[in-house]
Amino acid sequence: MPIFFREPRWNPQRELEQLQRRMDRVFQDAFGLEGRPRRAGVYPLVNISEDPDHIYVRAELPGVRAENLEITLQDNSLILRGERKIPAEEKQVNYHRRERESGFFRRVMPLPAMVQGDKVEATCKDGILTITMAKPEAVKPRKIEVKVA
Amino acid sequence: MTEKELQAKAKEEVPAKGERVRPGRVFVPAVDIFETPETLVLVADMPGVSGDKVTLDLKENYLTIYGEIGPPLGPGETMVEQEYSIGDFQRDFHLGSLIDQSKIEAIMKDGVLRLVMHKVEKAKPRKIEVKVG
Repeated sequence: MPIFFREPRWNPQRELEQLQRRMDRVFQDAFGLEGRPRRAGVYPLVNISEDPDHIYVRAELPGVRAENLEITLQDNSLILRGERKIPAEEKQVNYHRRERESGFFRRVMPLPAMVQGDKVEATCKDGILTITMAKPEAVKPRKIEVKVA
Repeated sequence: MTEKELQAKAKEEVPAKGERVRPGRVFVPAVDIFETPETLVLVADMPGVSGDKVTLDLKENYLTIYGEIGPPLGPGETMVEQEYSIGDFQRDFHLGSLIDQSKIEAIMKDGVLRLVMHKVEKAKPRKIEVKVG
C-alpha cells in the first residue's frame, strides 16, 4: 500500500522552537520591538548611528528647549540631563485627555566608539535632539591602497 | 508640583486601516485635549515633524491629524543602535458639533502641534422688539 500521508515523528525540540518564534512575533507586534531585545529603557530613548567621520546620538524630545538640556561627555560616555516642562494652561481649563508628560530625566549612555571631546555639537530641531561627535583620526576607516609591485 | 522622573515608553502603532501609499510605520502621538469657555485645544507630540509636513483633515466632525517625518538619518549614515521606532504620526478625533470649522488655528513648534479650535457661538438670547404699527 502506498503511503500518502506520513505522520511526522513528534519532535519536542522543534515544537519549542516554533513556540519561541511565535512568541517573539507576538511581542514584536505588541510592543513594536524591532526584532531585537530592548535594553532597560531610560528616558529619553536614543538612536545611535554613524558615518565614516561621526557618531550621531538622537533623542525624541518634543517641546524641550535647549536651555533645559545639559549634555556632558565623560570618559566616552554621554550624559543627558534635562527637564521637559509643559507650561500650565489657564485655570479655567478642563481636560479631556492628558497623555503628555512632564518631568526630569538623566541618562548616561556609553558610546560605541571613541570620540573627540572637543568636537561635539548638539542641535534641536522639530523636537529631535541630535548630538554629533567627531571620531578621532585613529578610528576612522582608511582606504589602503594596494601597490602594484 | 512635585518633580517627576520621566519614564521611557515604546510608541504605540496606529492600527492599519487599509494600505498606505507611503512606506513605513505610523504611530499614535500623545495628546492633551482641553477646553476653555471659548475654545477646544489639542496639543500633540510629533517629534521629527516640521510645520509644513502637518496635514489636518476635517470631514464633517472627524478630525485627522497627520505628521510626516523628515529623513531620520543623514546621507551615508547607518544605524548602530535603535531604541525608539521611527515613523509618521496619525490620530483621528471625533469632534462635537460645537466647533466653528472655519476658525481653527494650528501652530507647530519644536515637534509639538497646538491646535486651537473655536467653539460655535451658541444662540444668544435675543430680544425681539415689537414695533407698533
